[in-house]
Amino acid sequence: MISARVSQLRSAYPLVVVGAGPAGMAAALGATEAGSAPVLMIDREPEPGGILNQCIHTGFGLHHFKEELTGPEYAQRYLESLLEHDIDISTDSDVVDVDRERRVTLMSPDHGVRTISAGAVLLCMGARERTRGAIRIPGTRPAGVMTAGTAQKLVNLLGYLPGRRAVILGSGDIGLIMARRLTLEGVEVCGVFEIMPHPNGLSRNIVQCLHDFDIPLHLSTTVVEIHGSDRVERVTVAPVDEETWPCLDKAWDIACDTLLVSIGLIPENELSLTLGLRIDPLTQGPEVDSTMHTSREGVFAAGNVVHIHDIVDYVSQEALLAGRSAAAFVSRRMPPADNIRLLPGDNVAYCVPQTISTDREHTIYLRVRHPLEESLLRLGDVYERKLRYVVPGEMVSLKLRPGVLDRFHGDALRIDILPREED
Amino acid sequence: MRYDVVIIGGGVTGCAIARELMRYRVRAVLIEKDCDVGCGTSKANSGIIHGSTHFVPGTLKWRLGWAGNQQWGRLSEELGFGFARIGDLTVAFGEDEVDQLREFQWRCERSGVPRGELWGPERVRAEEPNLSGAVVGALFCPTTGVVNPYEACFSLIESARRNGLELRVDNPVLGIRADENGLWVQTEHELINSRFVVNAAGLYADRVAEMAGAANFTITPRKGEEYLLDKRLQGIVSRIIYPCPSSTSKGVLVIPTFDGTVMVGPTAEEVDDREDLSTTATGAEHVFSKVGRLVPGISERDCIAEFAGLRAVSDTEDFVIGATTVPGFINAAGIQSPGLTAAPAIAEFVIGVLETEGLALEPNEEFLPGIEKPVQVAALTTRERQDLAATDPSFAQVVCRCELVTRGEVLDSIQRGARTLDGLKFRTRAGMGRCQGAFCSLRCMQLLSDSLGLPFAAITKRGEGSWLVIDREDLERRSGEPAP
Ligand SMILES: Cc1cc2nc3c(=O)[nH]c(=O)nc-3n(C[C@H](O)[C@H](O)[C@H](O)COP(=O)(O)OP(=O)(O)OC[C@H]3O[C@@H](n4cnc5c(N)ncnc54)[C@H](O)[C@@H]3O)c2cc1C
Ligand SMILES: Cc1cc2nc3c(=O)[nH]c(=O)nc-3n(C[C@H](O)[C@H](O)[C@H](O)COP(=O)(O)OP(=O)(O)OC[C@H]3O[C@@H](n4cnc5c(N)ncnc54)[C@H](O)[C@@H]3O)c2cc1C
Repeated sequence: MISARVSQLRSAYPLVVVGAGPAGMAAALGATEAGSAPVLMIDREPEPGGILNQCIHTGFGLHHFKEELTGPEYAQRYLESLLEHDIDISTDSDVVDVDRERRVTLMSPDHGVRTISAGAVLLCMGARERTRGAIRIPGTRPAGVMTAGTAQKLVNLLGYLPGRRAVILGSGDIGLIMARRLTLEGVEVCGVFEIMPHPNGLSRNIVQCLHDFDIPLHLSTTVVEIHGSDRVERVTVAPVDEETWPCLDKAWDIACDTLLVSIGLIPENELSLTLGLRIDPLTQGPEVDSTMHTSREGVFAAGNVVHIHDIVDYVSQEALLAGRSAAAFVSRRMPPADNIRLLPGDNVAYCVPQTISTDREHTIYLRVRHPLEESLLRLGDVYERKLRYVVPGEMVSLKLRPGVLDRFHGDALRIDILPREED
Repeated sequence: MRYDVVIIGGGVTGCAIARELMRYRVRAVLIEKDCDVGCGTSKANSGIIHGSTHFVPGTLKWRLGWAGNQQWGRLSEELGFGFARIGDLTVAFGEDEVDQLREFQWRCERSGVPRGELWGPERVRAEEPNLSGAVVGALFCPTTGVVNPYEACFSLIESARRNGLELRVDNPVLGIRADENGLWVQTEHELINSRFVVNAAGLYADRVAEMAGAANFTITPRKGEEYLLDKRLQGIVSRIIYPCPSSTSKGVLVIPTFDGTVMVGPTAEEVDDREDLSTTATGAEHVFSKVGRLVPGISERDCIAEFAGLRAVSDTEDFVIGATTVPGFINAAGIQSPGLTAAPAIAEFVIGVLETEGLALEPNEEFLPGIEKPVQVAALTTRERQDLAATDPSFAQVVCRCELVTRGEVLDSIQRGARTLDGLKFRTRAGMGRCQGAFCSLRCMQLLSDSLGLPFAAITKRGEGSWLVIDREDLERRSGEPAP
């Protein structure tokens, strides 16, 4: 991988991007292409690329590059373009503070503790994994319990294995990918356990990572206890009822030395909170308007920090928009403010952006709460679209052409996803 | 070679005794079965230095508890560990409970300890606005504090070692024998001769006493589960909140820890197994249902981690401290709650016993009370961080993002004795935050491996058996066997 890091930091940049994952890279590109330069992009890891660097499997870029790339290949494509633009990259650098005057403080062994003024700030910090503590699994606290993402890094980047016999809790994509990875490495994967009646990850991952390797998927089942004093020795699993209460009389034990938890990601919002951004309780990320502008002047956000994406292509797309908008902010060419608020209705877990405007084209991303075979997406009474199979694990994207909202004069639009009779 | 004193057990009791003993010219060694000190009950408790209003007259634990309470300020100044006297409130939900609070005040007066202040509902509301609206009064106890208990152990032992204590970890005591040459302590690795043996073996103190032929008490483990909440809730209360105690228990408390995390617990349940540190669904349910009554803003959704500790309860329900029928064998046993609070006083008490039993206490003129305080980057201002980074850039390299712990701090803690992931965690807080090590554990393992010159796969969570990863080549080895 091409490495690029800047030796000297300026004291001010028109635009500072926090995070150099796919979101940060696309945002930086979008901004420079729109004429904002130089851009400073900061990441705490030694190399840009974000989570992509540990995703050595293929399946990236099908939409964007029309070919199937590995994570590092996808990152590499972006990095090559980045190097052609006026973008300073500071890696091994942790952003520890962004204040309301848009002063960004970073810590790094190369630059020490530095505060940099930014014309606009783009938050692209990605997400963190939920851990065992978040779901309070009773039992002991031995070695051998780790998040699937940590295991992914361990195996793919450091070349070690987490154990010999693993149980995976949660059917999120990382857990599914790791079920396959570990199997390929010779680790015995006893099964994937999911508390919900439907899987949490992409359907293609269920097929390619579990079915193709005969790894059992137990739906409506969860881990109810961890055993072992120094190292995991076994776990107790049990089916759950409709309210996800475990039926302990039907519990059984599985001998294993490793428990990987893959129970979801949460937007990494330390800095958003310091900045006092308005957080959407549904996404757990900052609220954004149709330009990816947050509730604080000059602060934009994109990628997993805003909402959890399943496909990296959407991350890049969203971040490109954010980068362009930030450049427009710096050169004081922001479009007029949004005038419609989107309200998640029936079977809509969240939608992003939270507001839109009648005069532009928009892409709206949303997730459903529960699966539906045949459904109808309804936007107030101005727009309808038929959808095939929708599941919570797969984001729905909706492109709205400008004319669609012409006849609408309210200030809020409700989005519902309703069951549809087969026709 | 012959020692004057062997201390068995490196919990807060053993560490405090060791450090106090080094004020005198004494040859002493502390023997700990685990790979680090302070990793038993002394790490898994509520971290409260109990104040005057909670003590019950007539017991040794009460007497030493109150005496110990007053020493924590000085100790933390000398040793630099986290301690703050934040005070506590025992809250009343009805007039009968207010009467109970008055009763506590009289009890304090009779015993000659500070009686605390009775607050009416307005004062309670003004000082702790997030308490339940149903609270009608509270007893404020200003003498209560919070401490980082593991930090206290680490710095007590570091101070003791600077002043001449020898420390042996990973070294369980297996037998004790007495003859005309004194006492012989057989450990897994050596046979040690000493004039005196102090038994501070916590949950195993009855077994150790039995080894010496001095068994006259038994220990029953009483489990307590505690639940740590996200930093989001920092500041929801500024003092420790107690419900009115029932006849059987102190109840479930809300504890703003020294580090700013809110902790809720503990439960109290007798168990058979001295290693049973499991948390349970019923424990969690109990804690969160009780806590919701005190502070309605707290829910189990905010839980980031949980743990359990075992109180070493003697059959007398009191501390068992003193000489025994075996000459030279001294107990510091049955140290249940408030054992942490009492530790400095227990140490003085045990030194007194040693003197009575014939140990000559000649002052150690070179005794240094202080240790070099570890740098804590998270607690520094940006200006201070800049200055530090200018002299040593490793203090500008972040290892743990949640708690802002730098490479410099991690390396320093390894210098001071951290050898495992948990050892690092409890010394630096790396891995204690909301992501619970998902981000930094691999980095910490790498630093341990590099600094200690050990293979990456040889790094453990907390010593033997708690292996963390395996080499690809070792996959074929029998399951359950640790990596070499
Ligand atoms: C295991 C896994 C498998 C996946 N598989 C696929 C797939 O097959 N196909 C597909 O299309 N998509 C896949 N995805 C999804 C896609 O990779 C993510 O949606 C995408 O990486 C999110 O991009 P991001 O830039 O928002 O976040 P990230 O990639 O997480 O990047 C965030 C960056 O910000 C940095 N950062 C955060 N905070 C700070 C700070 N304070 N200071 C400095 N730096 C900071 C981090 O170090 C990180 O580099 C997968 C994701 C995962 C986790
Ligand atoms: C849930 C809970 C909450 C509590 N809250 C508080 C509180 O808020 N305030 C307070 O004052 N007190 C509290 N306590 C009590 C307090 O934690 C204990 O009293 C105190 O930690 C006891 O310390 P110790 O050194 O005696 O025992 P330990 O910390 O258990 O130390 C004993 C040591 O001896 C070692 N050992 C055992 N056998 C051998 C052997 N054969 N060879 C070598 N080494 C051996 C063990 O490994 C261990 O390290 C609480 C306790 C619990 C469980």
